[in-house]
Amino acid sequence: MDEPRQRTPSPSTHPPPTHPPAYPPTHPPAPHPPLTPETAMWDYSEKVLELFYNPINQGTIDDSAEPDVAVVYGEVGSIACGDALRLHLKIQQSTDSILDARFQTFGCTSAIASSSALTEIIKGKTLDQALHITNQDIADFLGGLPEAKMHCSVMGQEALEAAIYKYRGIEVEHHEDDEGTLVCACYGITEKKIRRAIAENDLTTVEQVTNYVKAGGGCGSCLANIEDLIVDAQESAETVRAAAELAVAREQRSQEAAAPTPLTNLQKITLIQQVIDEEVRPILIADGGDVSLHDVEGDRVLVKLQGACGSCASSTETLKYAIEAKLQRRVLPTLTVEAI
Amino acid sequence: MVTYLDNNATTRTDPEVLAAMLPYLSELYGNPSSMHSFGGQVGAAIEAAREQVASLLGAEATEIIFNSCGSEGNNTAIHAALAAQPEKRHIVTTAVEHPAILAVCKHLEKRGYTVTYLSVDGRGELDLMELEAAMTGGTALVTTMYANNETGVIFPVEKIGAIAKAYGATFHVDAVQAVGKVPIDLATSTIDLLTLSGHKLHAPKGIGVLYVRKGFRFRPFLLGGHQERGRRAGTHNVPAIVALGKAAELAQINLAHTKREAELRDMLECGLLATIPDTVVNGGGAPRLPNTTNIGFKYIEGEAILFMLNREGICASSGSACTSGSLDPSHVLTAMGLPYTILHGSIRFSLSRYTTEAEIRQVLTVMPEIVERLRAMSPFNNDQAEWLQERDVALAT
Repeated sequence: MDEPRQRTPSPSTHPPPTHPPAYPPTHPPAPHPPLTPETAMWDYSEKVLELFYNPINQGTIDDSAEPDVAVVYGEVGSIACGDALRLHLKIQQSTDSILDARFQTFGCTSAIASSSALTEIIKGKTLDQALHITNQDIADFLGGLPEAKMHCSVMGQEALEAAIYKYRGIEVEHHEDDEGTLVCACYGITEKKIRRAIAENDLTTVEQVTNYVKAGGGCGSCLANIEDLIVDAQESAETVRAAAELAVAREQRSQEAAAPTPLTNLQKITLIQQVIDEEVRPILIADGGDVSLHDVEGDRVLVKLQGACGSCASSTETLKYAIEAKLQRRVLPTLTVEAI
Repeated sequence: MVTYLDNNATTRTDPEVLAAMLPYLSELYGNPSSMHSFGGQVGAAIEAAREQVASLLGAEATEIIFNSCGSEGNNTAIHAALAAQPEKRHIVTTAVEHPAILAVCKHLEKRGYTVTYLSVDGRGELDLMELEAAMTGGTALVTTMYANNETGVIFPVEKIGAIAKAYGATFHVDAVQAVGKVPIDLATSTIDLLTLSGHKLHAPKGIGVLYVRKGFRFRPFLLGGHQERGRRAGTHNVPAIVALGKAAELAQINLAHTKREAELRDMLECGLLATIPDTVVNGGGAPRLPNTTNIGFKYIEGEAILFMLNREGICASSGSACTSGSLDPSHVLTAMGLPYTILHGSIRFSLSRYTTEAEIRQVLTVMPEIVERLRAMSPFNNDQAEWLQERDVALAT
């Protein structure tokens, strides 16, 4: 290579600047246009900014000495990940309901807003109702989140789950745990968590998975595995759909198979006669009465009441409830019974 | 009122610069490559701008190649260095370079090149012994920053260059953040290739320069035109070139006043450290650019700080993961081995000649309350906080 050279720039080559040194600049620039949060890098909704600048329910809940009250907290994330949430719950034990909720959040604008939104959503709910809250509910409450920030809403849902499980003494999954295969080593995200995010949010791309649970956002070595999980989930969903369709078809077929084929007149009369002889007459005979089949005209069954039944004041009821109901149940729902 | 303290991201166009370029956006629209004098007068303006840039750098006009930006300059420099010594397959750079260097190096690794990424210490400084140990006879290129864009830490470029030259390697310097802030004299330098970008020194965006030392066997990156003596094809961006020339001239004048920027920066730094506990200056112990400070506010997150500042009309930047758009915090601060308690809460304030004392006082007024509010929300409030691990609070050794 060439040696560095010694060179003196010639004055003719470099005319000295013509301006006298001056500070501050002698030509002040035009003023800036005003800033608005809405034009910043992330397109946050008004609700997000409102809850970020004026968060509701931030802080902790002290252990309560009140009867029938328990205080518990759940936490997710870590300072290493860049966001963390500790959710505090005050629970009425007799009703299993959330009396109060507070949050402590280390994180960005959307993490703080999501935490605040969560506390508002869950207050007054029973624990079972709270467990049905999804990250999408949190995002909807906020009027939406940028997709790259959806993991903030997921963090809220997970903290809620962690707190309730802790209260109920249920073991919860931690990132460090080996519950399920670890897919993303950078962020400690398990296969179980990824599958859940895919299923609950109908995720179809690797980028969406990264936005929702951070998996794949580090070194990128797990991107192919995430893609496989998405494909697997889609195939599973397809299998479930196909199975459901098959089950419906089978049910229809079995119903069709079970449906009685229309009776011929002879079959109908024979069956009516059989029911009357085997199931009606023994009961009436026991009470001193009897009945005989006179004729069948379409769905009209004409019978002749005999013995005690012929003069009984309750003969109409006998006809309707003892004979007609039985024939409708056993032969045809449209049959009516009349005495001649 | 807007307080703009993000000048390492971009600077406002100086009104004199704007005035200089406007004729070339209107009546002087000729193409400098044309044979007629309507184009010729425009060509003369380009050559005048070339002289102005050369003057700022202590270079010769023929060593200045106009291009579109710093990223183009960096890409071109690396490819040119490798083309100059094709038998050599080793590159030395640092872990804290701009992505326009790192991404190219990563790409070249896949193409069979070996790349050494020099580490930095907790102050953001290089170890020249590590550089020396990395060098071989097969090293084609040493490429380092002049000054880091996030911390402002200045590298000892001439010492680095001397080592590079001792092994016959090309020496490229990404001086995008340094030009106009520190004096640079390439007349007696070991630097072979140097990158600068116009919008970092009060010229508009979309104009840059690659300095190529006279005698360097340069092969162009962009082909298909005779412009720039066949070294960079593409119709000249005349207004921007004229603007950069003017900006270079003004930068040379204002180099005498960077001391004032440093004083304002120090006022900001000392004021924040005095009024806000658990606050550190990242890279504070190293030689730095006069306009840059990078401050870590422990236990809170940078993007949230930026949005609070934004509401006050203050513009800054952060190295936090949430700010980056990726999920990782700044690779520069990570390479420095900063603990997570500092990493995610780092804010860069970068000043310019337009920064006033009143603006600095405004930041000093609002910042304590912003930090206090966010810390009140945070579950981490000291290094002993439960839920923090040793790795979260310990400086990497």
